[in-house]
Amino acid sequence: MSIYVNKDTKLVVQGITGSTAKFHTKLMKEYGTDVVAGVTPGKGGETVEGVPVFNTMAEAVTETGANASVIYVPAAVAADAISEAAESKVDLIICITEHIPIGDMIKVKRYLEDKDTVLIGPNCPGVITPDECKIGIMPGYIHRKGHIGVVSRSGTLTYEAVHQLSELGMGQSTAVGIGGDPVNGTSFIDVLKRFNEDPNTHGVIMIGEIGGTQEEEAAKWVKENMKKPVVGFISGVTAPPGKRMGHAGAIISGGKGTAEEKIKVMKAAGIAIADTPSTMGETLVSLMKNRRT
Amino acid sequence: MNIHEYQGKELFRAYGVPVPKGHVAFSIDEAVSHAKDLDSNIVVVKAQIHAGGRGKAGGVKIAKTMEEVRTYAKELLGKTLVTHQTDEEGQLIQRLLVEEGVDIQQEYYIGLVLNRETGRVSFMASKEGGVDIEEVAENTPEKILYEEIDPLVGLTAFQSRRIAFGLGLPKKAVKQGVDLFQKLYKLYLETDASIIEINPLIITTEEQLIALDAKLNFDDNALYRQDRIRGYRDESEEDPKELEAGKYDLSYIALDGSIGCMVNGAGLAMATMDIIKHYGGSPANFLDVGGSATTENVSNAFKILLSDEKVQGVFVNIFGGIMKCDVIATGIVEALKTIEMNVPLVVRLEGTNVEKGREILEKSQVEVISAFSMDDGAKKIVEATK
Repeated sequence: MSIYVNKDTKLVVQGITGSTAKFHTKLMKEYGTDVVAGVTPGKGGETVEGVPVFNTMAEAVTETGANASVIYVPAAVAADAISEAAESKVDLIICITEHIPIGDMIKVKRYLEDKDTVLIGPNCPGVITPDECKIGIMPGYIHRKGHIGVVSRSGTLTYEAVHQLSELGMGQSTAVGIGGDPVNGTSFIDVLKRFNEDPNTHGVIMIGEIGGTQEEEAAKWVKENMKKPVVGFISGVTAPPGKRMGHAGAIISGGKGTAEEKIKVMKAAGIAIADTPSTMGETLVSLMKNRRT
Repeated sequence: MNIHEYQGKELFRAYGVPVPKGHVAFSIDEAVSHAKDLDSNIVVVKAQIHAGGRGKAGGVKIAKTMEEVRTYAKELLGKTLVTHQTDEEGQLIQRLLVEEGVDIQQEYYIGLVLNRETGRVSFMASKEGGVDIEEVAENTPEKILYEEIDPLVGLTAFQSRRIAFGLGLPKKAVKQGVDLFQKLYKLYLETDASIIEINPLIITTEEQLIALDAKLNFDDNALYRQDRIRGYRDESEEDPKELEAGKYDLSYIALDGSIGCMVNGAGLAMATMDIIKHYGGSPANFLDVGGSATTENVSNAFKILLSDEKVQGVFVNIFGGIMKCDVIATGIVEALKTIEMNVPLVVRLEGTNVEKGREILEKSQVEVISAFSMDDGAKKIVEATK
C-alpha cells in the first residue's frame, strides 16, 4: 500500500511559522495531507493555515496524535529539531533542510540508533504517495497514483523521473527523496527493501549521483534480493574530481565515488541504466515489458 | 574549505600537537629573517598552496645556509607550481613556510576522515608514511590501521593505544602518541574539520613525535560557527567566478566548455551537464540556483554565467519544487534588461507556477528559445551553439 506515508499519516510541521514552511504547509494541505500541528518554539497558541502551533514536539504529539514530522528549520538548529522529533516518538521524520554541519548529523545519527523512528534526509525534497499524502516540497501536480517506486538523492531529478512516468501513463506508488548529504538517515537499500515488500510497487527507478558508495551497496543488495525490475540513472558523468557539485555528498574523492564506477556495478547487478536523464521513464517501460514476455 | 599548511600547523600548535618551529613568509626578506630566527643547521623552505604533491613538484627545498634560503625563496615566490593535484596551469606561490629541519627516524601516516558508509569519523594510521596513501590503500590495504570513532565517547584512550602499538611506536613514544591522537580528534571535532592528514607524522632520533605536514579541510556547512577557520580563508586560491557566486548563495563550478547552464538542484544540474555532453556539446559550468533563489540572485547568476567569455549559449533548465518558475522568469527578464545577451538562450521551465513563468517570458522582450523537456532543451542549445 505504498511505503512510509499514506492517507493515515498525521503530520507535524516543525518551523511552521517560517515563510518556506508556511508556503509548503498550504500546498501540502491542498494536496490532501493531514497536517495536524505545527511547532515553533515561542509561537505556541498561534494558527498557521488553520493548523494549531505548539511550543514543543512533545506537546504537539500528545495533543494531536501526530505520527510524522517534517522539518523546515534553519541549518544551525535543524539537528536539534531532528532530535526533538525523535524523542517525541513520531514514526517518521523528514528533514528538508540543507547545509546542516556534518558533525551535527554524525551525532544525530548516533542519537537515533536506539529509537524506532525513521529519518529521511536531510537535504531532501520529501516523500509522496500520490493522491494520499505529500510531505515536502515536490510539485504535487506532476504525480499520478500507480505502481512505480522512485528513490533518489536529487530532488529535481526525481521530478523529472516522475514527470516522465506520468506522461507515459505509469503512476507512482511512492516517490522518496533520500537527499544529497553524505550522512543521512535513509539509504537506497532501506527504501529498496520496502519497495521490494510493497505489493503495490511493481518496478523501481533509482536515481543516484557521484560521491560515496550507496549505489554500489544498493546494487549488491538488489542482485541478491530484489524481486522487481529496477532502472537506474547516475548523474555526474561529466563532474570533475575533487569538486563538491552542489550537494555536500556529491564529490569524487581519492578516485572513489565516480559515476562510471556506480554505473558499472549497477549494470552488473542487473539494473538497467538510462543513459540520459530523459530516458528514465521509457527505460523502465521497456524493462518491464521485457520481463513480462 | 581548504587552508594552508602553515595555518594547519598553527592549529596544531594551539591544540598541543607538536610541529617543527617555523613561520610563514610573504617576501624573500621575510623568509631570510625568519630563517635566521630559527637558528637551525637545516632550514626547509616550503611553497604554500592549497594542493598536495608539492615536494615531488619541487616546491619544498632544503637549505643549509642563509644564501640558500634566499635563493630558494626567490625561486619559489611568485612562481606557479604544478603538482599532480593542481590543473595544468598550476597555482601561484604567494606564501612560504620557513621551518627548522628535523632528524627523521621513522615516518607514519595519520588521517581523520568521514566514513560515509557508517556515518562516523575514521582514524587511519599507517607505518607507510611519506608516500601516497591512496596507493597503499590500493595495493597493501592491510598496512592501514582503522579505528572507527563512536561519537558518544570520541576517540578513546584504548583505541589510541591500539593505534600506537599497531604502528610499533617505540615504548617511550606510546604515551606521546596516545596523547597526540586524542588531541587531533579534539581539533577535528571542535573545528568541524572534514579531513585532517599528517603525512608524514615523524618520530625524531630523540623519539619525539612531530607533525611534519598538515593538511586540513573543513566542512563548508559549519563555517558559520568557526570564526577562526573562516579567518584562514585564502580567496586567491579560489576561482573568482566561484567566489562571486558564493556571495549570492549560488553553487557554481567552472568547467571548460561553451554552454552555460543554470539549473535548480544539484542532481539536475549535473544531469544537465551530462545530457549536453551526450548531445555533443560541452558544459561551461555547473550552476545550482538552489531552492531559495530570489529574483536578484537569479539575475546575478545570469551575470556570472555571461561573464565567462567561453560561453556561446545558455541553457536554463528549471523544474520547480521550492524554486518557483515565475521567480526564475522574472530574474531572467530583469537580468537581461541590464546585460547584453548576444548568445542564444534556451529556457525550459516545469513545475511550481510554470504557467506564470512561461507567461512572463512570453510577455517580455527577451529572445528565448523555449524547450518543453530537458531532452528538447539540450538538443536545441547544442544545435544553436554549433
